Amino acid sequence: MKFKATIHTSLKKSVLDPQGQTTLHALESMGFKEAKSLRIGKYFELALEAEDRAKAKECIHVMCDKLLHNPVIEEYSFEIQEMPS
Amino acid sequence: MKAAVIVFPGSNCDTDCFHALKDIVKVPVEYVWHKDRHLPKVDLVVIPGGFSYGDYLRTGAIARFSPVMESVIRHANEGRAVIGICNGFQILLEAGLLPGAMLRNKSLEFICKHTWIRTEENLTIFTGQMDPGETLCIPIAHGEGNYYCDDDTLKSLHDHSQVIFRYSSEDGKLGEAFNPNGSKDHIAGIVNKKKNILGMMPHPERSSEDLLGSSDGRKIFESILNALE
Repeated sequence: MKFKATIHTSLKKSVLDPQGQTTLHALESMGFKEAKSLRIGKYFELALEAEDRAKAKECIHVMCDKLLHNPVIEEYSFEIQEMPS
Repeated sequence: MKAAVIVFPGSNCDTDCFHALKDIVKVPVEYVWHKDRHLPKVDLVVIPGGFSYGDYLRTGAIARFSPVMESVIRHANEGRAVIGICNGFQILLEAGLLPGAMLRNKSLEFICKHTWIRTEENLTIFTGQMDPGETLCIPIAHGEGNYYCDDDTLKSLHDHSQVIFRYSSEDGKLGEAFNPNGSKDHIAGIVNKKKNILGMMPHPERSSEDLLGSSDGRKIFESILNALE
């Protein structure tokens, strides 16, 4: 079965994100009073093939743990959707 | 003593490290390409600075899975010496050989300048030629050298005397003004618990002869030579 996964990684809440803070300050100084907090992360689009949805999810967890995110500073989440084969 | 300098696509301090070891400290040294699974029998492995794999994904994250790294990890786990400088430090962190991770510099800027670092521990093979508290003038050149670890890890680093270098003033004072990148607790270099693996952001190879404006970095290489000969 073919799947498409969208994976997000971002710095943990306990880790300071200077990039996000600087960008938030830029929005504030542009007059966007609505902006209250901002965190910057990474977005991955992954096409994969697996026997079933459970196997695909398991595989993505392993990929995230081994390479796509650094558990010391980052957390990840993903969504998965089946693609027509 | 024999040394090997690992070369990744994007390494750019490999030649400097090779030169410092061969011509300044005068030890036999060879390059090892990252695709070589076999590491020659050496006493010291140097993982040099640069931008391995273009710093894609995270600094050091992809280099950490290069074929040669299995041999480097084995070499390290056997208790033999490894020094990772700048990107080499980032690779050691990603490989889990040292604790913690690197964040973007607090200023978000790439910083290239001479810094003072204070020797915290001299009972290691990397610092035997220095006195405790001795400061060294060694340049940094990085965008992601803001060392981070959680509080438990920091406590463990101190409990096991693993913090080797901290950014300081010339006379050894600690302060935000002397911390160039926002590193936690002013950390510039750490070792593992067994103290055979050193990771440091400043570049000793770029300060190993007077011609370069400082020869303080040479003391680190000489300490290793002295300890391993």
